[in-house]
Amino acid sequence: MSDGIGASVKRKEDRRFITGKGRYTDDIRQENQAYAAFVRSPHAHARVRSIDAGAAEAMDGVIAVFNGDELTGDGIGNIICGWMIHSKDGSPMNMGAWSALATEKVRYVGDAVAVVIADSQRLARLAAEAVEVDYEELPAVAAADRALEAGAPQLHDNAPGNLIYDWEIGDGAATDAAIAGAAHRTSMAIANNRLAPNPMEPRSAIAVHDAAEDHYTLYTTSQNPHVARLVLSAFYNVAPEHKLRVIAPDVGGGFGSKIYIYPEEITCLWAAMKTGRSVKWTSDRSEAFMTDAHGRDHLTTATVGFDEGGRIVGLKVDTIANFGAYMSLFSSAVPTYLYATLLSGQYDIANIHCNVRAVYTNTVPVDAYRGAGRPEACYVIERLMETAAREMGMDPSELRRRNFITRFPHQTPVIMAYDAGDFDGNMDKAQAAADVAGFAARKAEAASRGKLRGLGYSAYIEACGIAPSQAAGSLGAGVGGWESAEVRVNPVGTIEVLTGSHSHGQGHETTFAQIVADRFGVPIDTVAVVHGDTDKVQFGMGTYGSRSGAVGMSAIVKAMDKVEAKVRKIAAHALEASEDDIVIEGGEVKVAGTDRKMAWHEVGLAAYTAHNLPEGMEPGLKEGAFYDPTNFTFPAGTYICEVEVDPETGVTEIVRFTAADDFGTIINPMIVEGQVHGGVAQGIGQAMLENVVYDEDAQLVTGSYMDYTMPRADDVPSYTIEHNMTAAPSNPLGIKGCGEAGAIGTPPAVINAITDAIGNNDLSMPATPQKVWLALREAGLPQAAE
Amino acid sequence: MYAVNYHRPTSLDQAAAALGAAEEAKILAGGQTLLPTMKQRLAAPSDVVDIRGIGGMETISADGPVLTIGAAATHAHVASSADVASVCPALCRLAGHIGDPAVRNMGTIGGSVANNDPAADYPAALLALGATVVTNTRQIAADDYFAGLFTTALEDNEIITAVRIAAPEKAGYAKFPNPASRYALVGVFVARTGGDVRVAVTGAGDDGVFREGGIEAALSSNWSADAVDDAAVSADGLMSDIHAGADYRAHLIKVMAKRAIEAAG
Repeated sequence: MSDGIGASVKRKEDRRFITGKGRYTDDIRQENQAYAAFVRSPHAHARVRSIDAGAAEAMDGVIAVFNGDELTGDGIGNIICGWMIHSKDGSPMNMGAWSALATEKVRYVGDAVAVVIADSQRLARLAAEAVEVDYEELPAVAAADRALEAGAPQLHDNAPGNLIYDWEIGDGAATDAAIAGAAHRTSMAIANNRLAPNPMEPRSAIAVHDAAEDHYTLYTTSQNPHVARLVLSAFYNVAPEHKLRVIAPDVGGGFGSKIYIYPEEITCLWAAMKTGRSVKWTSDRSEAFMTDAHGRDHLTTATVGFDEGGRIVGLKVDTIANFGAYMSLFSSAVPTYLYATLLSGQYDIANIHCNVRAVYTNTVPVDAYRGAGRPEACYVIERLMETAAREMGMDPSELRRRNFITRFPHQTPVIMAYDAGDFDGNMDKAQAAADVAGFAARKAEAASRGKLRGLGYSAYIEACGIAPSQAAGSLGAGVGGWESAEVRVNPVGTIEVLTGSHSHGQGHETTFAQIVADRFGVPIDTVAVVHGDTDKVQFGMGTYGSRSGAVGMSAIVKAMDKVEAKVRKIAAHALEASEDDIVIEGGEVKVAGTDRKMAWHEVGLAAYTAHNLPEGMEPGLKEGAFYDPTNFTFPAGTYICEVEVDPETGVTEIVRFTAADDFGTIINPMIVEGQVHGGVAQGIGQAMLENVVYDEDAQLVTGSYMDYTMPRADDVPSYTIEHNMTAAPSNPLGIKGCGEAGAIGTPPAVINAITDAIGNNDLSMPATPQKVWLALREAGLPQAAE
Repeated sequence: MYAVNYHRPTSLDQAAAALGAAEEAKILAGGQTLLPTMKQRLAAPSDVVDIRGIGGMETISADGPVLTIGAAATHAHVASSADVASVCPALCRLAGHIGDPAVRNMGTIGGSVANNDPAADYPAALLALGATVVTNTRQIAADDYFAGLFTTALEDNEIITAVRIAAPEKAGYAKFPNPASRYALVGVFVARTGGDVRVAVTGAGDDGVFREGGIEAALSSNWSADAVDDAAVSADGLMSDIHAGADYRAHLIKVMAKRAIEAAG
């Protein structure tokens, strides 16, 4: 059927988006709405001696000015990290206190110390500037390795040496021994640059307090409104869950940065109660750079050892992860269970050891950003593989093939049990589509034009849908990894799907409807997807980590199983047939081999009129399900990047980019391609353009697009996209997930291509023209090719 | 943005009066720098005086070899002007690569020249072409006009009315854009008029646009890209920031100079 699984159905939600009719948080207005503006620290590290809000409070239109002492005095709890990690000595991670409004100290530029509530946004901002804060400046540190040095400025009293945890995975002694005995060793220092998430829609919140009911409503830019309600209730003491409704309406991109509960949302809720006004806050772009959780920022040294046949014998990795000034909601899991567990890549490696130190610095908190740990892992192993191949004089694709895992399931030494994949097949498809055979001729032709052409590979694997819940819990997760769904068939036969997943650009309103249309043979227009409102949807874990297909859709499938079972019973009873003979197709419920049938809507009507139901059956036709996966899913693929470098300037042009992905079952190829395009663009951004820079005093240098290089249309090429297909065994649809693959697989492919072109493996991200030019000079190549 | 008084005079006299009466006035010529700065609350003029309503300010005309570009002529207008193309096509190409289409349709040559951003394109062109900046009170030679970062010879409340350029024999511009802002990281404008060779560099100097004497000397005896190879360009006095160090900028000055020569033909 044309709207079902595998059809490139045009996105149902796009009519409202492309006609400007999307309804985002900032579009919503409340009666009696006031505006919040935050007083933010200009210092990276300072003691707050005093706050004088007198002048601000005296301004016309200012309703109130609040500080952190008042907020904590009302019992508003500190912001927490929800995943417990224990150091290798068994001690729990050192989580420093994070109040929504800083009290004694500020710890990064942008840390909020007070909030002004006023009648207009303009007045609120003017008054915020009039709040006088007396700071005692303290020395600050922005780089994670420097924060670990003796004598470095100390951020939190309970984290001596700024160390949050010192964690390890794998057998260190066995790995050392294996590497010591290796025929070839490749060692690299590998930095993973810090990124600002930059969703198109900045964060926003409107808090409404109904004093009569003592009930709160929060409209906010969230990827997971139920989780937001849970932590706001359970940890921040804003209101109990049944007195708090969280609505995440249309949300314009998240990339991870809208998973977390930030100080601003908490403060708006509390301030709404305090002032009796609805309180709205919308971040501007400068605030977004200063306060949205950043991503990545790892400093790693790694060694891989090979035997004489080019087979990996051991991988040793040491990583310092910059957490910023406070521990954000998922921060602790990112460089541990989302990173070190993927270091085996697509390779059969017997010995892996990874040590991770998580460190406080005077920077914006760092948390999951598209890929979250997996891009960092992929970058480490794929840079090592390409470099090792060059050192050993081997074709980099051949070295990878020699080490590919070919039998499944495969248990790695770092927890993950890969359940399906076809890594050689991915490589075959990528190499054919990229015309690797013709590369030498293209390189020669480029050289005749004075250009240096290079080709680089990346064979990535990732893990989506953190699961199962029990296993995640045993590793420290504070929440489950399941998803819920409810499928309601209305009396007229139309269908509503209530999902705990949240769409902020992914196209769920289309793809989720497609699996329903496919299952029941009904037109996709008769299926509506409801999400993003804790009062409507039963519960949910939200959307992050490419989980909505593999986990969210599986919950819908489970609910549809129950609906179908009831439909069969109703139809069998009405048509006087056996349940086993009932066939659902083409919008009809039929008795196989006969002309007896009911239209789909007649079944719905029968369920609700309840005039002729089987003995003892409850009326109605709606079913819910919670789905807890039995394993992660493991999308994998091969990316091949081909570049031309201008040796005079160091400018790199990506001339070909090929992605061959195995996402398992694909519901909507067009949407999947869009996800790959976006992910690859973000990967190119990390590899060549984007970098958050703090100066020596931990002041944010890249606080606007004047200095932070966002990818533009002319920075990215046209992509060639191929699909391989091995179904994920762990979920009913065989879906693996596609949202993060591009951001994970792309950076090493790009850097491997540039380093191939310039003949120097020592190149860090982002590979700006200056860095490439300097690397060329170090490599001693002629700069002027003309 | 803070509250601000907006004026739209229709004559230079009215504009001068509005400027003189204001506490702290800024001239609005296209607003592509001023307005974002005000929106970020980094600038807070009490008054803005929009000069685009003054008759003739946007006019471009060529009188034989002399080109006069009204101060309110947009970059898009300069890029597509047959008059500009007849006198100095390199200027059309320069204007066509400023910012993005929205900036080019709003931003003006007078605004750019008055602001004298150290990474703007026009200052390099005016300096290399030996242009004249015409104001409501006088005419200023480009050599005397540009006076450092965001600094010019303009007096308070002096209004640029036009830029006058004499046709060069050869002229070319090459820009290496800052990857983030797309302003010039290094922009080099080369021009030859009579025996006079002038090479002006924007985006690179610690003190704004400047003439590159070494390359001028090399080109004076041999107008060719190859001649640039032999010129020594010092990194002294060049900017160093997160996007490019002084050494890289010095190198790019030579590369862009060569490309500008090639563009000039």
